Amino acid sequence: MGRREVVIRVRGLKVGFGDRLVMDGLDLDLYRGEVLGFVGASGAGKSVLTRTILGLLHKRAGTIEVFGYDIDKLHPQEKLLIGERWGVLFQEGALFSSLTVRQNIQTPMREHLNLSKSMLDGLAAQKLALVGLPQDAADKYPSELSGGMTKRVSLARALALDPEIVFLDEPTSGLDPISAGDFDDLIGTLQKTLGLTVFMVTHDLDSLYAICDRVAVLGHGKVSAVGPIDELLLSEDPWIKSYFHGKRGVVRAGTAAKRPAERAGEGRAQFDRVQGGGR
Amino acid sequence: MSVAPSVTPKTGDDGVVLSLAGAWIVAAGRALETSAASLTSAARGARNAIIDLTGIERMDTAGAWVIDRARAELAEAGVQAAYQGARPEHALLLQEAGYRPLEPPKQVRTSPLLTLVAAVGETVYTAGLDLIDIIDYLGEIVVMWSRLAAQPLRWRWTSVAHHLEIYSLRSVPIIALINFLVGAIVTQQGIFQLARFGASPYAVNLVGVLGLRELGVLMTSIMIAGRTGSAITAEIGSMNMREEIDALRVMALDPLEVLIMPRLVALAIALPILTFVADMATLAGGLIVSWVYAGMAPEVFISRLQSAIATETFLVGLIKAPFMAVMIGLIASTEGMEVRGSAESLGRCVTASVVKSIFMVIVMDGVFAMFFTAVDY
Repeated sequence: MGRREVVIRVRGLKVGFGDRLVMDGLDLDLYRGEVLGFVGASGAGKSVLTRTILGLLHKRAGTIEVFGYDIDKLHPQEKLLIGERWGVLFQEGALFSSLTVRQNIQTPMREHLNLSKSMLDGLAAQKLALVGLPQDAADKYPSELSGGMTKRVSLARALALDPEIVFLDEPTSGLDPISAGDFDDLIGTLQKTLGLTVFMVTHDLDSLYAICDRVAVLGHGKVSAVGPIDELLLSEDPWIKSYFHGKRGVVRAGTAAKRPAERAGEGRAQFDRVQGGGR
Repeated sequence: MSVAPSVTPKTGDDGVVLSLAGAWIVAAGRALETSAASLTSAARGARNAIIDLTGIERMDTAGAWVIDRARAELAEAGVQAAYQGARPEHALLLQEAGYRPLEPPKQVRTSPLLTLVAAVGETVYTAGLDLIDIIDYLGEIVVMWSRLAAQPLRWRWTSVAHHLEIYSLRSVPIIALINFLVGAIVTQQGIFQLARFGASPYAVNLVGVLGLRELGVLMTSIMIAGRTGSAITAEIGSMNMREEIDALRVMALDPLEVLIMPRLVALAIALPILTFVADMATLAGGLIVSWVYAGMAPEVFISRLQSAIATETFLVGLIKAPFMAVMIGLIASTEGMEVRGSAESLGRCVTASVVKSIFMVIVMDGVFAMFFTAVDY
């Protein structure tokens, strides 16, 4: 792991509101091609960290490097390029309410790239199909969508430019277990095929077990623990213990050990099928 | 920067082999589309085609889509195309993110004339509905008022006081300023135009009567319609968008009582006070101009003013103010309740609120002018 490329490097980050310091000297590395799950108590500042990395909140101290660029010293041109290379799924979707679903998905492509209309329509339809939405959703407005559909459209928009990093802020909250599982599968597939790097804030233990390569725990303004989930399961930290072995965690912990292996096996079987079939 | 996508066709014994190279990613933009088009054109007419993916450096979902679309187009043209040498991740991508035929969107054709007629009809119809809505609200508010009149403790005085501060106290500077200017302009023009008849001192009568009867209340109401009416619509509208109004309803609280009533009461108190401020500012503007521009001493201005106006002149303006306030508040809150999910509809409703309130303020002022003339007040 030591030699892998770091796409986001956060050092000594301090973020505060008024007297309260939410991030106090936080260090974090995000490696290319990994899915990093981010957990922490409600109000611990997971969304604040995401928003700070995205440049939406001001930090008091520390450095944040994205793709090797210090985000404080970006030229407008570099900013534009980074905007093309990351996609964000906001917690509430943040869809443009006066545009249809199709226009929402097309907005990043239309603004950053020079593509024909048929291509834009085709790609929008493809992204919709990828996130598991029917094609007739394309002409709906965000106010006509259910919570789960909003999440999916928002993911489709985040994926529109085939970014290298995707930030997901509680992607599976508000989804039914089947959709949440499909969501996990989709993220897993994209990570395998595109080498997508995923920064995921989540409370969904299933997601953590199913797709996260590493899990980082946020506590007291720092990353208090980070590592593969199997390591965290052995942690003696009381909060981590109650998080994974608490009332809701204990059922899954029993099946956790074998699950990643199973999934890898399934994935390989799928590759073989595709190659053998040849279309 | 990565290598641009490219296609090298090679005709063999049993068909054409298309070797793909470069990065087939969405960042390539048009180059991606033209390469995919050359893919189809190169193989058209052949019996079989093999799409060789060995040389592809990178592929993303958009790249997979154009390649798969080219394959689908070839299949439609009778060319059997197959993939070769795909890396496992690319093969999976081609399967998961591949081309799916789109059903073309239904084209609804209507004649522009019909659309125009329909739009006019709809506007008239909704204008009628708007009127019913407003009367409906007015009725509800009267009913609630009569219910609450007996219980002054339920009147949400904190909310009223809060809105009173925002609506009246914070508007004093701007209201005083514009009315001072209006008074100054009317007096200056009066002095200048009446000088031809040797009657320039009568400019005092002009600014006194016109300012107190009409201009003070009119300018204040228009300003409040723009400043406060828009704020009420935006507040209630965004609460509506975020389901806050629904939350109130399920708590068995009446949004009318909780949100609209305090605002209406605050407006009805604020507007007469502001009209008084406006009247004083108008007269001050007149006094300064007649002093500086026409050399009329302030004592002379005041004594002329006393002979020109009576208490009624002042009261005519003041009586109108609460009616204007209720009208502005009603229009603003009904428009706020009309807001639907999108930011666009919020903007539309705020605009409609301001335009309708200003229009109705002027119409009502006209009605009052006729009424006061008829009753000879």
